[in-house]
Amino acid sequence: MRSPQLGIIDALPQTFSQTQTLEMFRKCCVNRHFEIETAKVYDTGVIKMPIYLSLGQEHIPAAISTVTKDFRIFAQHRGHSYYLSFGGDMRKLIDELLHRSSGCARGMGGSASIHDPKIGMYGHSGLMGDQVPVAVGMALGSRQRVLTVVGDASAEEDYVWSAMGYAATKKLPVLLVCEDNDLSILTHVSTRRSWSIVEIAKGLGMQAVDIADDPWLIAHHAARLLDRLPAVINIRTCRHRWHAGTGTDEEPEWNRFQLFKEEISKLGLKNEAKKIEDETLELVWKTWQEQLRKP
Amino acid sequence: MARTVAETIKEITKNHLKKNNGLLFGQCVTAVGWIGGTVPEMTEEEGITELSMADVAGAGIAVGAALSGRRPIYVIRYQGFMWYNAAPILNYAAKSKEMWGVPCPLFVRSLAMEGGMGPVASAAHHSMVLRMPGIPICAPMTPGECTTAWEWFMSHDDPIYVSEHRRSFPVNYEMEPQIYEKADVTIFAISAARLNALEAAKKLKEEAGITSNIFHIFWLKPFQISEEMIRALKKTGLGLVIDSDYSIGGASRSIAYELMLASGAPVHALGLDDRTGGFAPHLDNPTPPVEKIVNLIKNLTVKKETVPNTNLNS
Repeated sequence: MRSPQLGIIDALPQTFSQTQTLEMFRKCCVNRHFEIETAKVYDTGVIKMPIYLSLGQEHIPAAISTVTKDFRIFAQHRGHSYYLSFGGDMRKLIDELLHRSSGCARGMGGSASIHDPKIGMYGHSGLMGDQVPVAVGMALGSRQRVLTVVGDASAEEDYVWSAMGYAATKKLPVLLVCEDNDLSILTHVSTRRSWSIVEIAKGLGMQAVDIADDPWLIAHHAARLLDRLPAVINIRTCRHRWHAGTGTDEEPEWNRFQLFKEEISKLGLKNEAKKIEDETLELVWKTWQEQLRKP
Repeated sequence: MARTVAETIKEITKNHLKKNNGLLFGQCVTAVGWIGGTVPEMTEEEGITELSMADVAGAGIAVGAALSGRRPIYVIRYQGFMWYNAAPILNYAAKSKEMWGVPCPLFVRSLAMEGGMGPVASAAHHSMVLRMPGIPICAPMTPGECTTAWEWFMSHDDPIYVSEHRRSFPVNYEMEPQIYEKADVTIFAISAARLNALEAAKKLKEEAGITSNIFHIFWLKPFQISEEMIRALKKTGLGLVIDSDYSIGGASRSIAYELMLASGAPVHALGLDDRTGGFAPHLDNPTPPVEKIVNLIKNLTVKKETVPNTNLNS
């Protein structure tokens, strides 16, 4: 079941405009290179808090935010890429990681609880999965579209599914995205449960799909489900670094960024993609350096 | 005839839903009784929102609605259910402003009751909230206090934990402090213990000639010590805080500690017994009964000691 090809639709990339594809790629590059640079800085000892890198999972918010930014967002502890994809200020995120009051959560949130009311992103409390009932309440109170994100581990919290069941009952506009990297720290899903998130969601009466982390595929389903909320997308992805910190164990099952670049090349956009990646690398590096130089 | 506590809460709720686009969340709200007559018979379209029976999720949903600015009222039918409901309320709503600068104004109505209700549905459990920052706690027992709690909520952007007691619902009068020039003991009573304290004071006077000052504690957090309290304690040289919650690690001991430091007088605490209450009447664990209060105060007034007292005359 777990595969980089799960749910792939033939010739789907060709249905996207070049602009859409390159926009997704640009966001992926920002997310990815931000995390790579953050890891380098972390390893110098400057950052004195746990960090939760989304390296390997950066395509998910990149793809969804390309479809629409019209969401209130309740992400989880691994939220850098959501913040950046949905319009968060990179400088403020860096400041947050550097414990500064000018950070996006004034230094209170750290890596795990980033937020920005300007982009409609609410902080994560630290209790696994509690963002889901809160997100459902936001949808009920505001009647606005809400995006909430869990991992395959926090999806096991009982209140996640009772909240989504309530969203289904009241037909609330909630999109739940499960970033399924098959790991709770290092414990695999198969060790923890025999049930499928998608089947649970379907049982609750929701639209639900189980797919790989191909950006076009994610964007396709996100767009398709926007008018059918509440809905669930379980996305098989690979976390490249440890649960917290910058360490690595073994090679990830697949490298979506590499696969994405290969597909983009097939679309004849190799040069454009290279230019975007180079620009992004420079932007991220310069921004980090500027912020590090500040007192 | 003056309005009761139940009628006051009902009226406040009705106005909130009608005039403020407010919401009320709870489980089985529209069941028989409408929560002891405290909820107006209105529809979901008008803001009465029935939740599923999933407590943790339900509390989280109420918290999310609070973030959206609807200033929801969240009813917890039995205060013991706070063991489930506490997570989103204390870990999200209470922290939101301090963590992220985002207000999360939620009016938590948490109902205590007693009388053969067993291990969970009995008693108040406000003490578990007391130790967490970001959420004031009050325990109204009169119509006026209910109004004060509501007005506080509407003029602030914090969540508030309102520890109600079903024994307050028929109360249609206010409770003023009872202070005497020559009293023997100063009682500080919380929640339904206030009703028992009033009765106990009468008995003490009748049976033993003991005169009791009584302060009715409405705000548990922040708890503010008044000059009047200190004066009364210094004069009597003996205090007792009585609560409908457990005393160990609880509000009564915490408040007694503050009063003792401020006054120098020994202040004792009396709450539920440190045991699980059963359903059978003889196994119940209710608010300290009148007889228990009377006996304790009789013993304490005889002894008048127990803690070092260095500044009673200052």
